[in-house]
Amino acid sequence: MSETHFLVHDKDDSVGVAVVETIKAGMQVTGYKMDTNEEITLKALSDIPLGHKIALKDLAVGDTIIKYDQDMGKVVAAIQAGDHAHVHNIKTKRW
Amino acid sequence: MTDKTFMGYRRENGRVGIRNHVLILPLDDISNAACESVANNIKGTTVIPHAYGRLQFGADLDLHFRTIIGTGSNPNVAAVVVIGIEPGWTQRVVDGIAKTGKPVAGFSIEQNGDINTVCAASRKAKEFVHFATAQKREECPISDLWVATKCGESDTTSGLSANPTVGNFIDKLYAAGSTLCFGETSEITGAERIVAERAATPEAAEKFMKTWEAYNDFIMAEKTDDLSDSQPTKGNIEGGLTTIEEKALGNVQKIGKQAKYVDVLEPAEAPAKGAGLYFMDTSSAAAECNTLQAAAGYVLHLFPTGQGNVIGNPIMPVIKITGNPRTVRTMSEHVDLDVSAVLRHEMTLDQAGDALIDEAIRAANGRNTSAEVLGHVEFSMTKLYRSA
Repeated sequence: MSETHFLVHDKDDSVGVAVVETIKAGMQVTGYKMDTNEEITLKALSDIPLGHKIALKDLAVGDTIIKYDQDMGKVVAAIQAGDHAHVHNIKTKRW
Repeated sequence: MTDKTFMGYRRENGRVGIRNHVLILPLDDISNAACESVANNIKGTTVIPHAYGRLQFGADLDLHFRTIIGTGSNPNVAAVVVIGIEPGWTQRVVDGIAKTGKPVAGFSIEQNGDINTVCAASRKAKEFVHFATAQKREECPISDLWVATKCGESDTTSGLSANPTVGNFIDKLYAAGSTLCFGETSEITGAERIVAERAATPEAAEKFMKTWEAYNDFIMAEKTDDLSDSQPTKGNIEGGLTTIEEKALGNVQKIGKQAKYVDVLEPAEAPAKGAGLYFMDTSSAAAECNTLQAAAGYVLHLFPTGQGNVIGNPIMPVIKITGNPRTVRTMSEHVDLDVSAVLRHEMTLDQAGDALIDEAIRAANGRNTSAEVLGHVEFSMTKLYRSA
Protein backbone atom coordinates (compact mmCIF):
# COMPACT_ATOMS: atom_id res chain seq x y z
CA MET A 1 0.00 0.00 0.00
CA SER A 2 1.41 3.41 -1.01
CA GLU A 3 1.53 6.32 1.44
CA THR A 4 -1.97 7.76 1.85
CA HIS A 5 -1.97 11.40 0.71
CA PHE A 6 -5.72 11.89 0.67
CA LEU A 7 -8.97 10.11 1.61
CA VAL A 8 -12.35 10.11 -0.13
CA HIS A 9 -15.52 9.54 1.95
CA ASP A 10 -17.79 7.96 -0.67
CA LYS A 11 -17.29 6.49 -4.13
CA ASP A 12 -19.10 9.19 -6.11
CA ASP A 13 -17.53 12.17 -4.30
CA SER A 14 -16.03 14.93 -6.46
CA VAL A 15 -13.32 15.79 -3.92
CA GLY A 16 -10.84 14.07 -1.61
CA VAL A 17 -9.27 15.42 1.63
CA ALA A 18 -5.50 15.82 2.08
CA VAL A 19 -4.39 13.90 5.18
CA VAL A 20 -0.70 14.84 5.00
CA GLU A 21 1.03 18.23 5.21
CA THR A 22 3.23 17.64 2.17
CA ILE A 23 1.14 17.79 -1.04
CA LYS A 24 2.92 20.13 -3.50
CA ALA A 25 1.95 21.17 -7.03
CA GLY A 26 3.11 18.61 -9.57
CA MET A 27 3.25 15.70 -7.09
CA GLN A 28 1.76 12.34 -8.01
CA VAL A 29 -0.59 11.59 -5.07
CA THR A 30 -2.41 8.47 -3.86
CA GLY A 31 -5.74 8.27 -2.09
CA TYR A 32 -8.29 5.71 -0.96
CA LYS A 33 -12.06 5.63 -1.04
CA MET A 34 -13.11 4.89 2.54
CA ASP A 35 -16.17 2.84 1.62
CA THR A 36 -14.58 0.60 -1.04
CA ASN A 37 -10.85 0.96 -0.25
CA GLU A 38 -10.34 1.60 -4.00
CA GLU A 39 -6.98 3.28 -4.73
CA ILE A 40 -6.91 6.49 -6.80
CA THR A 41 -3.82 8.28 -8.13
CA LEU A 42 -3.67 11.71 -9.74
CA LYS A 43 -1.34 14.67 -10.17
CA ALA A 44 -1.79 17.61 -7.77
CA LEU A 45 -1.99 20.89 -9.72
CA SER A 46 -1.50 23.07 -6.65
CA ASP A 47 -0.18 22.80 -3.10
CA ILE A 48 -2.94 21.26 -0.94
CA PRO A 49 -2.65 21.97 2.81
CA LEU A 50 -3.57 19.28 5.36
CA GLY A 51 -7.36 18.93 5.56
CA HIS A 52 -8.01 20.85 2.36
CA LYS A 53 -9.73 19.33 -0.64
CA ILE A 54 -8.31 18.07 -3.92
CA ALA A 55 -10.66 17.88 -6.92
CA LEU A 56 -10.95 14.36 -8.36
CA LYS A 57 -12.46 15.50 -11.66
CA ASP A 58 -12.93 18.59 -13.83
CA LEU A 59 -15.85 20.74 -12.64
CA ALA A 60 -17.58 23.68 -14.36
CA VAL A 61 -19.17 26.79 -12.84
CA GLY A 62 -22.60 25.85 -11.48
CA ASP A 63 -21.74 22.19 -10.92
CA THR A 64 -22.61 20.64 -7.55
CA ILE A 65 -19.76 19.45 -5.31
CA ILE A 66 -20.45 16.00 -3.87
CA LYS A 67 -18.83 14.92 -0.58
CA TYR A 68 -20.14 12.24 1.85
CA ASP A 69 -22.26 11.33 -1.21
CA GLN A 70 -24.20 14.58 -0.53
CA ASP A 71 -24.50 18.11 -1.96
CA MET A 72 -22.00 20.41 -0.17
CA GLY A 73 -22.18 23.50 -2.41
CA LYS A 74 -21.68 24.85 -5.92
CA VAL A 75 -18.71 25.60 -8.14
CA VAL A 76 -18.14 29.37 -8.63
CA ALA A 77 -14.85 29.18 -10.62
CA ALA A 78 -13.83 26.34 -12.94
CA ILE A 79 -11.88 23.51 -11.26
CA GLN A 80 -9.56 20.92 -12.88
CA ALA A 81 -8.85 17.46 -11.49
CA GLY A 82 -5.90 17.90 -9.08
CA ASP A 83 -6.78 21.52 -8.15
CA HIS A 84 -7.15 22.86 -4.63
CA ALA A 85 -10.95 23.05 -4.09
CA HIS A 86 -11.96 25.60 -1.43
CA VAL A 87 -13.62 28.99 -0.80
CA HIS A 88 -12.03 30.52 -3.94
CA ASN A 89 -13.93 28.15 -6.26
CA ILE A 90 -16.80 26.69 -4.14
CA LYS A 91 -19.67 28.45 -2.34
CA THR A 92 -22.56 27.38 -0.14
CA LYS A 93 -26.05 27.09 -1.59
CA ARG A 94 -27.55 28.13 1.78
CA TRP A 95 -26.51 31.73 2.48
CA MET B 1 -19.85 -3.73 25.07
CA THR B 2 -22.84 -4.18 27.36
CA ASP B 3 -20.75 -5.77 30.11
CA LYS B 4 -18.51 -2.70 30.61
CA THR B 5 -18.77 -1.04 34.01
CA PHE B 6 -17.43 2.08 35.72
CA MET B 7 -17.08 3.32 39.28
CA GLY B 8 -19.57 6.12 39.97
CA TYR B 9 -21.44 7.90 42.75
CA ARG B 10 -25.04 6.71 42.91
CA ARG B 11 -27.14 9.65 44.09
CA GLU B 12 -30.34 9.80 46.14
CA ASN B 13 -32.52 9.72 42.98
CA GLY B 14 -30.74 6.72 41.44
CA ARG B 15 -28.78 8.71 38.83
CA VAL B 16 -25.00 8.18 38.73
CA GLY B 17 -22.35 10.89 38.89
CA ILE B 18 -18.67 10.60 38.00
CA ARG B 19 -17.53 13.67 39.95
CA ASN B 20 -18.43 14.77 43.46
CA HIS B 21 -18.71 18.55 43.49
CA VAL B 22 -20.05 20.71 46.30
CA LEU B 23 -21.39 23.64 44.30
CA ILE B 24 -21.59 27.23 45.44
CA LEU B 25 -24.19 28.43 42.97
CA PRO B 26 -25.23 32.05 42.44
CA LEU B 27 -28.84 32.68 41.45
CA ASP B 28 -27.81 35.95 39.82
CA ASP B 29 -24.81 38.00 38.69
CA ILE B 30 -24.71 40.20 41.80
CA SER B 31 -24.34 37.18 44.09
CA ASN B 32 -21.11 36.04 42.42
CA ALA B 33 -18.89 37.89 44.93
CA ALA B 34 -20.51 36.23 47.96
CA CYS B 35 -20.27 32.81 46.30
CA GLU B 36 -16.60 33.33 45.47
CA SER B 37 -15.93 34.30 49.12
CA VAL B 38 -17.57 31.09 50.34
CA ALA B 39 -15.54 29.03 47.87
CA ASN B 40 -12.40 30.77 49.11
CA ASN B 41 -13.25 29.98 52.72
CA ILE B 42 -14.22 26.35 52.23
CA LYS B 43 -11.74 24.13 50.39
CA GLY B 44 -13.13 21.47 48.12
CA THR B 45 -16.03 23.55 46.81
CA THR B 46 -16.73 24.60 43.21
CA VAL B 47 -18.11 28.05 42.44
CA ILE B 48 -19.83 28.89 39.14
CA PRO B 49 -20.01 32.65 38.62
CA HIS B 50 -22.21 33.76 35.72
CA ALA B 51 -23.56 36.89 34.09
CA TYR B 52 -27.36 36.74 34.41
CA GLY B 53 -30.42 36.27 36.60
CA ARG B 54 -31.94 39.72 37.06
CA LEU B 55 -35.06 41.12 35.36
CA GLN B 56 -35.39 38.23 32.94
CA PHE B 57 -38.93 37.23 32.00
CA GLY B 58 -41.00 34.72 30.05
CA ALA B 59 -39.26 31.89 28.21
CA ASP B 60 -35.85 33.49 28.89
CA LEU B 61 -36.47 33.40 32.66
CA ASP B 62 -37.73 29.80 32.43
CA LEU B 63 -34.49 28.86 30.66
CA HIS B 64 -32.45 30.65 33.35
CA PHE B 65 -34.12 28.63 36.11
CA ARG B 66 -33.92 25.39 34.11
CA THR B 67 -30.19 25.93 33.59
CA ILE B 68 -29.38 26.86 37.22
CA ILE B 69 -31.61 24.17 38.76
CA GLY B 70 -30.37 21.61 36.22
CA THR B 71 -26.74 22.40 36.98
CA GLY B 72 -27.33 21.91 40.71
CA SER B 73 -29.32 18.73 40.04
CA ASN B 74 -26.60 17.11 37.87
CA PRO B 75 -25.43 13.82 39.46
CA ASN B 76 -21.81 15.05 39.30
CA VAL B 77 -22.87 17.39 42.14
CA ALA B 78 -23.15 15.98 45.68
CA ALA B 79 -24.60 19.03 47.41
CA VAL B 80 -25.36 22.69 46.68
CA VAL B 81 -25.24 26.06 48.43
CA VAL B 82 -27.37 28.60 46.52
CA ILE B 83 -26.94 32.34 47.09
CA GLY B 84 -29.23 34.99 45.58
CA ILE B 85 -29.93 38.65 46.19
CA GLU B 86 -33.47 37.98 47.51
CA PRO B 87 -35.17 34.95 49.10
CA GLY B 88 -38.02 34.28 46.61
CA TRP B 89 -36.13 33.20 43.53
CA THR B 90 -33.34 31.73 45.68
CA GLN B 91 -35.88 29.39 47.28
CA ARG B 92 -37.25 28.48 43.83
CA VAL B 93 -33.78 27.18 42.89
CA VAL B 94 -33.41 25.36 46.22
CA ASP B 95 -36.81 23.69 45.79
CA GLY B 96 -35.95 22.64 42.24
CA ILE B 97 -32.65 21.02 43.24
CA ALA B 98 -34.20 19.45 46.37
CA LYS B 99 -36.37 17.24 44.12
CA THR B 100 -33.25 15.12 43.49
CA GLY B 101 -33.02 14.39 47.23
CA LYS B 102 -29.49 15.82 47.51
CA PRO B 103 -28.54 18.26 50.29
CA VAL B 104 -29.18 21.88 49.24
CA ALA B 105 -29.47 25.14 51.16
CA GLY B 106 -30.26 28.71 50.09
CA PHE B 107 -29.04 32.06 51.43
CA SER B 108 -30.14 35.54 50.41
CA ILE B 109 -28.22 38.77 50.73
CA GLU B 110 -30.90 41.47 51.18
CA GLN B 111 -31.23 42.50 54.87
CA ASN B 112 -28.11 40.44 55.66
CA GLY B 113 -25.28 41.89 53.55
CA ASP B 114 -22.48 39.93 51.96
CA ILE B 115 -20.49 39.32 55.16
CA ASN B 116 -23.24 37.70 57.24
CA THR B 117 -24.45 35.75 54.20
CA VAL B 118 -20.95 34.46 53.48
CA CYS B 119 -20.54 33.47 57.14
CA ALA B 120 -23.75 31.42 57.27
CA ALA B 121 -23.27 29.93 53.80
CA SER B 122 -19.65 28.98 54.60
CA ARG B 123 -20.75 26.97 57.66
CA LYS B 124 -23.27 25.08 55.52
CA ALA B 125 -20.71 24.56 52.73
CA LYS B 126 -18.26 23.06 55.26
CA GLU B 127 -20.95 20.61 56.38
CA PHE B 128 -21.62 19.70 52.72
CA VAL B 129 -17.93 19.05 51.98
CA HIS B 130 -17.78 16.60 54.91
CA PHE B 131 -20.93 14.94 53.51
CA ALA B 132 -19.61 14.76 49.94
CA THR B 133 -16.19 13.42 50.84
CA ALA B 134 -17.81 10.57 52.77
CA GLN B 135 -19.55 9.32 49.59
CA LYS B 136 -18.10 6.19 47.97
CA ARG B 137 -17.91 5.11 44.35
CA GLU B 138 -19.63 1.87 43.41
CA GLU B 139 -19.57 -0.31 40.31
CA CYS B 140 -22.23 0.75 37.77
CA PRO B 141 -23.24 -0.60 34.34
CA ILE B 142 -22.32 1.60 31.38
CA SER B 143 -26.04 2.15 30.79
CA ASP B 144 -25.90 4.46 33.85
CA LEU B 145 -23.44 6.76 32.04
CA TRP B 146 -25.17 9.77 30.41
CA VAL B 147 -22.94 11.13 27.65
CA ALA B 148 -23.34 14.26 25.52
CA THR B 149 -21.36 15.36 22.49
CA LYS B 150 -20.60 18.49 20.53
CA CYS B 151 -17.75 19.27 18.12
CA GLY B 152 -15.74 22.46 17.80
CA GLU B 153 -13.00 24.10 15.76
CA SER B 154 -13.85 21.42 13.27
CA ASP B 155 -12.05 20.82 10.02
CA THR B 156 -12.19 18.15 7.36
CA THR B 157 -10.21 15.76 9.57
CA SER B 158 -13.12 15.93 12.05
CA GLY B 159 -15.47 14.43 9.48
CA LEU B 160 -12.92 11.76 8.53
CA SER B 161 -11.76 10.67 11.99
CA ALA B 162 -12.69 12.33 15.32
CA ASN B 163 -16.43 12.75 14.60
CA PRO B 164 -17.05 9.21 13.25
CA THR B 165 -15.00 7.90 16.22
CA VAL B 166 -17.60 9.55 18.47
CA GLY B 167 -20.29 8.15 16.16
CA ASN B 168 -18.93 4.65 16.65
CA PHE B 169 -18.94 5.22 20.44
CA ILE B 170 -22.54 6.53 20.29
CA ASP B 171 -23.72 3.47 18.33
CA LYS B 172 -22.09 1.12 20.88
CA LEU B 173 -23.41 2.93 23.96
CA TYR B 174 -26.85 3.27 22.36
CA ALA B 175 -26.89 -0.52 21.99
CA ALA B 176 -25.81 -0.81 25.64
CA GLY B 177 -28.78 1.32 26.82
CA SER B 178 -27.01 4.56 27.74
CA THR B 179 -28.65 8.00 27.55
CA LEU B 180 -26.98 10.21 24.94
CA CYS B 181 -27.29 13.71 23.50
CA PHE B 182 -26.30 15.79 20.50
CA GLY B 183 -27.34 19.35 19.55
CA GLU B 184 -26.01 22.34 17.56
CA THR B 185 -29.21 23.25 15.70
CA SER B 186 -27.62 25.83 13.38
CA GLU B 187 -24.74 23.56 12.40
CA ILE B 188 -27.12 20.89 11.18
CA THR B 189 -27.88 23.22 8.25
CA GLY B 190 -27.08 21.25 5.11
CA ALA B 191 -27.68 17.91 6.82
CA GLU B 192 -31.15 18.60 8.27
CA ARG B 193 -32.85 16.00 6.04
CA ILE B 194 -30.31 13.36 7.13
CA VAL B 195 -30.97 14.19 10.79
CA ALA B 196 -34.75 14.19 10.26
CA GLU B 197 -34.44 10.65 8.89
CA ARG B 198 -32.62 9.52 12.05
CA ALA B 199 -35.63 10.14 14.31
CA ALA B 200 -37.07 7.09 16.06
CA THR B 201 -40.64 8.26 15.41
CA PRO B 202 -42.42 10.54 12.89
CA GLU B 203 -43.30 12.83 15.83
CA ALA B 204 -39.63 13.25 16.75
CA ALA B 205 -38.75 13.94 13.09
CA GLU B 206 -41.47 16.60 12.81
CA LYS B 207 -40.38 18.19 16.10
CA PHE B 208 -36.80 18.26 14.85
CA MET B 209 -37.70 19.93 11.53
CA LYS B 210 -39.81 22.57 13.33
CA THR B 211 -36.93 23.28 15.71
CA TRP B 212 -34.39 23.51 12.90
CA GLU B 213 -36.65 25.73 10.76
CA ALA B 214 -37.30 28.10 13.67
CA TYR B 215 -33.55 28.48 14.28
CA ASN B 216 -32.87 28.91 10.56
CA ASP B 217 -35.63 31.57 10.28
CA PHE B 218 -34.09 33.41 13.25
CA ILE B 219 -30.63 33.39 11.62
CA MET B 220 -32.05 34.54 8.29
CA ALA B 221 -33.93 37.39 10.01
CA GLU B 222 -30.94 38.62 12.06
CA LYS B 223 -28.09 38.19 9.61
CA THR B 224 -26.42 41.28 8.15
CA ASP B 225 -24.30 39.50 5.56
CA ASP B 226 -24.24 36.07 3.95
CA LEU B 227 -22.85 34.53 7.18
CA SER B 228 -19.87 33.09 5.31
CA ASP B 229 -17.51 34.67 7.88
CA SER B 230 -19.33 33.02 10.82
CA GLN B 231 -20.44 29.63 9.51
CA PRO B 232 -18.03 28.10 8.69
CA THR B 233 -15.74 30.01 11.09
CA LYS B 234 -12.33 31.37 10.12
CA GLY B 235 -10.79 28.39 11.95
CA ASN B 236 -12.99 25.96 10.01
CA ILE B 237 -11.95 27.54 6.69
CA GLU B 238 -8.26 27.47 7.67
CA GLY B 239 -8.80 23.76 8.35
CA GLY B 240 -10.19 23.18 4.86
CA LEU B 241 -13.96 23.35 5.42
CA THR B 242 -15.57 25.38 2.64
CA THR B 243 -19.35 25.54 3.24
CA ILE B 244 -21.90 25.10 6.04
CA GLU B 245 -23.21 22.03 4.21
CA GLU B 246 -19.78 20.38 4.33
CA LYS B 247 -19.41 21.30 8.00
CA ALA B 248 -22.87 19.88 8.80
CA LEU B 249 -22.24 16.63 6.94
CA GLY B 250 -19.05 16.20 9.01
CA ASN B 251 -20.85 17.24 12.20
CA VAL B 252 -23.53 14.54 11.93
CA GLN B 253 -20.88 11.81 11.71
CA LYS B 254 -20.97 12.14 15.53
CA ILE B 255 -24.30 10.35 15.81
CA GLY B 256 -23.04 7.20 14.20
CA LYS B 257 -24.93 5.01 11.78
CA GLN B 258 -27.54 3.16 13.88
CA ALA B 259 -28.61 5.33 16.82
CA LYS B 260 -32.00 7.01 16.44
CA TYR B 261 -33.08 9.93 18.62
CA VAL B 262 -36.21 9.40 20.68
CA ASP B 263 -37.07 13.04 21.35
CA VAL B 264 -36.14 16.68 20.74
CA LEU B 265 -35.29 18.55 23.94
CA GLU B 266 -35.66 22.24 24.74
CA PRO B 267 -32.38 23.86 25.81
CA ALA B 268 -31.35 22.41 29.23
CA GLU B 269 -34.41 20.11 29.33
CA ALA B 270 -33.80 16.74 31.01
CA PRO B 271 -34.61 13.71 28.83
CA ALA B 272 -37.78 12.00 30.00
CA LYS B 273 -38.41 9.17 27.54
CA GLY B 274 -35.96 6.63 28.87
CA ALA B 275 -32.59 5.52 27.53
CA GLY B 276 -31.46 6.39 24.02
CA LEU B 277 -30.24 9.31 21.94
CA TYR B 278 -31.75 12.81 22.26
CA PHE B 279 -31.40 15.91 20.10
CA MET B 280 -31.24 19.17 22.06
CA ASP B 281 -32.01 22.58 20.52
CA THR B 282 -28.77 24.46 21.25
CA SER B 283 -26.50 27.12 19.87
CA SER B 284 -23.38 25.77 18.19
CA ALA B 285 -21.14 27.87 20.47
CA ALA B 286 -19.20 25.32 22.52
CA ALA B 287 -19.55 26.71 26.05
CA GLU B 288 -23.26 27.47 25.61
CA CYS B 289 -24.05 24.03 24.23
CA ASN B 290 -22.01 22.19 26.90
CA THR B 291 -23.60 24.25 29.70
CA LEU B 292 -27.09 23.30 28.46
CA GLN B 293 -26.19 19.61 28.14
CA ALA B 294 -24.73 19.53 31.68
CA ALA B 295 -27.89 21.23 32.97
CA ALA B 296 -29.96 18.47 31.34
CA GLY B 297 -28.13 15.90 33.49
CA TYR B 298 -25.36 14.60 31.22
CA VAL B 299 -22.27 13.70 33.26
CA LEU B 300 -19.58 13.20 30.60
CA HIS B 301 -18.85 15.05 27.38
CA LEU B 302 -17.14 13.97 24.15
CA PHE B 303 -15.68 16.87 22.21
CA PRO B 304 -14.10 16.01 18.86
CA THR B 305 -12.01 18.79 17.32
CA GLY B 306 -9.92 19.35 14.21
CA GLN B 307 -8.03 22.63 14.52
CA GLY B 308 -8.00 22.33 18.32
CA ASN B 309 -10.51 23.58 20.90
CA VAL B 310 -9.71 24.01 24.61
CA ILE B 311 -13.24 23.93 26.12
CA GLY B 312 -14.11 22.53 29.55
CA ASN B 313 -17.04 22.72 31.96
CA PRO B 314 -17.18 23.29 35.74
CA ILE B 315 -19.08 20.08 36.55
CA MET B 316 -18.99 17.82 33.46
CA PRO B 317 -15.62 16.36 32.38
CA VAL B 318 -14.90 17.01 28.68
CA ILE B 319 -12.86 14.51 26.64
CA LYS B 320 -11.14 15.96 23.53
CA ILE B 321 -10.61 13.78 20.51
CA THR B 322 -8.69 14.79 17.40
CA GLY B 323 -7.42 13.14 14.24
CA ASN B 324 -5.52 16.17 12.98
CA PRO B 325 -1.79 15.33 13.21
CA ARG B 326 -0.83 19.02 13.34
CA THR B 327 -3.18 19.63 16.30
CA VAL B 328 -1.77 16.54 18.06
CA ARG B 329 1.67 18.10 17.63
CA THR B 330 0.88 21.73 18.47
CA MET B 331 -1.83 21.37 21.16
CA SER B 332 -0.98 18.02 22.73
CA GLU B 333 -1.85 19.15 26.28
CA HIS B 334 -5.51 19.53 25.22
CA VAL B 335 -5.84 16.17 23.45
CA ASP B 336 -7.19 13.20 25.45
CA LEU B 337 -7.46 10.80 22.51
CA ASP B 338 -5.37 10.94 19.32
CA VAL B 339 -7.07 9.18 16.40
CA SER B 340 -4.74 10.46 13.67
CA ALA B 341 -3.94 6.82 12.85
CA VAL B 342 -7.38 6.73 11.18
CA LEU B 343 -6.13 9.34 8.68
CA ARG B 344 -2.95 7.36 8.08
CA HIS B 345 -5.20 4.44 7.16
CA GLU B 346 -3.68 2.48 10.09
CA MET B 347 -6.69 2.34 12.47
CA THR B 348 -10.32 1.52 11.77
CA LEU B 349 -13.21 3.55 13.16
CA ASP B 350 -14.29 0.46 15.11
CA GLN B 351 -10.88 0.38 16.86
CA ALA B 352 -11.03 4.15 17.44
CA GLY B 353 -14.52 3.82 18.96
CA ASP B 354 -13.29 1.11 21.35
CA ALA B 355 -10.33 3.30 22.36
CA LEU B 356 -12.79 6.10 23.13
CA ILE B 357 -14.92 3.81 25.30
CA ASP B 358 -11.78 2.93 27.30
CA GLU B 359 -10.88 6.63 27.61
CA ALA B 360 -14.45 7.46 28.71
CA ILE B 361 -14.40 4.74 31.39
CA ARG B 362 -11.06 6.01 32.71
CA ALA B 363 -12.54 9.52 32.97
CA ALA B 364 -15.74 8.16 34.54
CA ASN B 365 -13.69 6.28 37.13
CA GLY B 366 -12.16 9.58 38.22
CA ARG B 367 -9.10 10.20 36.06
CA ASN B 368 -9.15 13.92 35.26
CA THR B 369 -9.40 14.95 31.61
CA SER B 370 -7.04 17.49 30.03
CA ALA B 371 -9.65 20.26 30.33
CA GLU B 372 -10.03 19.56 34.06
CA VAL B 373 -6.29 19.51 34.70
CA LEU B 374 -5.82 22.73 32.70
CA GLY B 375 -8.61 24.47 34.63
CA HIS B 376 -11.12 24.95 31.83
CA VAL B 377 -14.43 25.70 33.59
CA GLU B 378 -16.39 27.57 30.92
CA PHE B 379 -20.01 28.13 31.97
CA SER B 380 -22.07 30.20 29.52
CA MET B 381 -25.80 30.60 30.02
CA THR B 382 -27.92 30.87 26.90
CA LYS B 383 -29.97 34.08 26.87
CA LEU B 384 -32.93 34.25 24.52
CA TYR B 385 -33.51 38.04 24.50
CA ARG B 386 -32.97 41.30 26.42
CA SER B 387 -34.01 41.60 30.06
CA ALA B 388 -36.87 43.87 31.11
